[in-house]
Amino acid sequence: MSAAELLRRSISEVGAELADRNVSAVELCDAALERVAASDGAIGAFLAVTPERAREEARSSDARRARGDARGPLDGVPVALKDIFLTKGIPTTAGSRILEGFLPPYDATVVERLSAAGAVSLGKLNMDEFAMGSSNENSAYKPCHNPWDLARTPGGSSGGSAAAVAARQVFGTLGTDTGGSIREPAAFCGVVGVKPTYGRVSRYGVIAFASSLDQVGPFGKTVSDAALLLGAIAGHDPRDATSSTRPVDDYLSGLERGAAGLRIGVPKEWFQEGLDPGVEQAVRAALATYEKLGAKLVEVSFPHTRYAVGAYYLIAPAEASSNLARYDGVRYGLRAKASGLREMYAESRHQGFGPEPKRRIMLGTYALSAGYYDAYYLRAQKVRTLIRQDFDRAFQSCDLVAGPVTPTAAFRLGEKVDDPLQMYLADIFTIPCNLAALPGLSLPCGLHPSQRLPIGLQLVGRPFDEATLLRAARALEREQGPLPAPAGA
Amino acid sequence: MPVSDFEVVMGLEVHAQLLTRTKIFCGCSTEFGAEPNHHVCPVCLAMPGVLPRLNARVVEFAVRTGLALGCDIRRKSVFARKNYFYPDLPKGYQISQYELPICLGGGVSIEVEGVEKFVRLTRIHMEEDAGKNVHDALGGSAVDLNRAGVPLLEIVSEPDLRSVDEAVAYLKALRAILMTLGVNDGNLEEGSFRCDANVSVRRKGETALGQRCEIKNMNSFRFLKQAVEYEARRQVELIEAGGKVEQETRLFDPQKGETRAMRSKEDAHDYRYFPEPDLPPLILDEELVARVRASLPELPRARAARYRDQLRLPAYDAGLLVADRDVATFFDAALAAYGEGPEAAKKVANWMNGEVAKLANETGLAPPRWKLRPEHLAGILKLQDAGALGGPGAKQVLEVVFREGGDPAEVVKARGLAQVSDEGAIEAAVDAVLAASPAEVERYRGGNLKLMGFFVGQVMKQMRGKGNPGLVNALLKKKLGG
Repeated sequence: MSAAELLRRSISEVGAELADRNVSAVELCDAALERVAASDGAIGAFLAVTPERAREEARSSDARRARGDARGPLDGVPVALKDIFLTKGIPTTAGSRILEGFLPPYDATVVERLSAAGAVSLGKLNMDEFAMGSSNENSAYKPCHNPWDLARTPGGSSGGSAAAVAARQVFGTLGTDTGGSIREPAAFCGVVGVKPTYGRVSRYGVIAFASSLDQVGPFGKTVSDAALLLGAIAGHDPRDATSSTRPVDDYLSGLERGAAGLRIGVPKEWFQEGLDPGVEQAVRAALATYEKLGAKLVEVSFPHTRYAVGAYYLIAPAEASSNLARYDGVRYGLRAKASGLREMYAESRHQGFGPEPKRRIMLGTYALSAGYYDAYYLRAQKVRTLIRQDFDRAFQSCDLVAGPVTPTAAFRLGEKVDDPLQMYLADIFTIPCNLAALPGLSLPCGLHPSQRLPIGLQLVGRPFDEATLLRAARALEREQGPLPAPAGA
Repeated sequence: MPVSDFEVVMGLEVHAQLLTRTKIFCGCSTEFGAEPNHHVCPVCLAMPGVLPRLNARVVEFAVRTGLALGCDIRRKSVFARKNYFYPDLPKGYQISQYELPICLGGGVSIEVEGVEKFVRLTRIHMEEDAGKNVHDALGGSAVDLNRAGVPLLEIVSEPDLRSVDEAVAYLKALRAILMTLGVNDGNLEEGSFRCDANVSVRRKGETALGQRCEIKNMNSFRFLKQAVEYEARRQVELIEAGGKVEQETRLFDPQKGETRAMRSKEDAHDYRYFPEPDLPPLILDEELVARVRASLPELPRARAARYRDQLRLPAYDAGLLVADRDVATFFDAALAAYGEGPEAAKKVANWMNGEVAKLANETGLAPPRWKLRPEHLAGILKLQDAGALGGPGAKQVLEVVFREGGDPAEVVKARGLAQVSDEGAIEAAVDAVLAASPAEVERYRGGNLKLMGFFVGQVMKQMRGKGNPGLVNALLKKKLGG
């Protein structure tokens, strides 16, 4: 089997090859490294590749397997991590100059868990600075390109994580989703992305953007790959007080149970003006397929969806303005030369942060200021409650909600970069799920009829009901067949 | 209008470091005095990606304190971020509590010049301490983060205090309570018990509060007194001169004994408080509150009342004993080993507040580090009662045992401090003194009975303080009267 063919396999398929010793972890790792070397100049998914470490991990994996100690389906499988996860001794930047050269003293919990499962990490992936953005164009280092069309964005903020899987550089990746940062790039790049319930996956060691919204999740080529990765990272972590103690479901066991009998809520507010007709057509077709598979479509109403973007852009910047205060030049990261303390703070932050973090720090600082707190932050929190109530009401008549992930397919690089408001609206359908702390999933549901670009179907579930989302996603995937790899991958 | 036409109005904010072994949000040690940046980890260094984890012991101590002070223990409280930039604040925000603190209300009873007063509390909340900035002689600055994340209780009083004496009494009472509870070591100098004062003045009879200033940096009762007196005078003089007190934060300068402006209201930080998203609201279960309630020790005021009512000790003696929990505990044990009833209690109390306190002051040692044990003190008193030790001898034995340790009876023996009750020996000394002082004997017999004291003194001197005073007196009277 050629390296390219190997890399097009799913994790379970390649896992079988590893188990049968048809390929070694080192061979797989080298194939992936070669693929990265050959393709990433054009794509820009990686901020740092760590080949020595990867080969070392792969050798350990092979040694375990030789001893009969293989750790399970991820053992020896090449993966990569958004550069927002702390990796001990490996530079971690969050896509920002302010953390250039920063060497973390510890591993994030999810990094530990993937490593414990035997996965082989190839390096750190491109992202919008501090996860702030929807196109990866806010990376302080380089843009990332959509493997389907290099002139287009892979989405963001986890652009590198989606692009690396779409380009078949690695088998799976991890990203984070604060307002759509997993689901939007997954949709744009034609891969599966899961934003779990808030509290399902530990945030310890994840560079914080907006703490009450951030959640870690996987990208995979298939639903089962995403389920496998999610199972490896989910679960309580005593180091994260917001992580849930609920036991983790077995995401794989119920995966093939089909869609028959599922009640799927379709929010009418998600199919209104601004939605690209090609996107709507693909999403409606997917919904029709569900009906064919025995699911029941139920119209539901989310009257507060229209306030979601506004509330989000108060809450997320408010928390960010506080979370980013630690980048002050005192203990680590960039420190500007200056003659006094105030100047050191101002210059370090001026030089270290790009325009988008600065914009959000200012927005958030303003929203939290004395005299404005009630009108902005507090009111936004009330909107948040109303949005959660919209979902709670909907879930009385349905088991999950389905709709588009994004209003359009992947837009062109540079298209929205000067118009932050337009950029913010790219997240209009993904934000409610974060505000309501619910699990959301993005699944490829076909190509845009005219643009020939992937389109994502979004599924949103009840709290901690990732299993139902994955099962429903798998039903559609099985019916329509997996999306082909983009040309050249 | 003279200063005496004004009254000072004060509320105090106390920051008390909790005696937990580890910090409030990580597992680092809270030990004082380690090498700089020795007790740090990614969490208290505010590395990217870290999250706080609440120390359950801190919550328990907060509940303990709240129950002891009669507060309403809130079953739900919320941590909040207080945002400001300073190098000793690694995250750029302090995790504190704001709108929903763990305790509301409650109060502390104080007594000033025999008048009792109840000082109301506004609230008590939990928060983390900051680190320390260190400046060297060359103009360089460094940060020591050992203290960053050490748990604090902030205890805020209502503006109920009307004099410096009341403020000091309040602080002493509060400090004694915290120490009795075992939640704080009461050390002002090391900064584990710190106090800021909100001070305003108003003309007597007025009910509205004057504009207040917040005074910081008073790390002893003496400095608090100086600072508040200075500040009240400053404000009165300002008003008298037709000026207006501006709301500001002022720093006490112990060298000059003055307060000076640190920042005005305009420069005041906007802390941009908001609920800490990394910590869920703190929900207390009833079981915890009940368990803490059942474990509360006897508090200083209750103990003082017991000393007054059951042991018939004067309020003054009782107050001295309960000011330090360890002293009171020592007293209880010594009394138990010595005897019962008001007479015994008074005797033990006198020794505790007299000689023992004096030695403790001289050596600077706290009761747990004394070599003197309660049973030693009881032993000395029993030797005295039995006539084996005189007053001066008892003091000498106490000092030896206090400084060097050892069993009192052994010390008496080894040092030859036993009281001499042998009539022959005393008579010999009396005879010698009378023979050596013919003039005084003459005057005594002539009616100057006050000279008895002189003769006793001389005999005692002759006997190096060991003569049984009763026998010495009796023999002197007999010989002089004859």
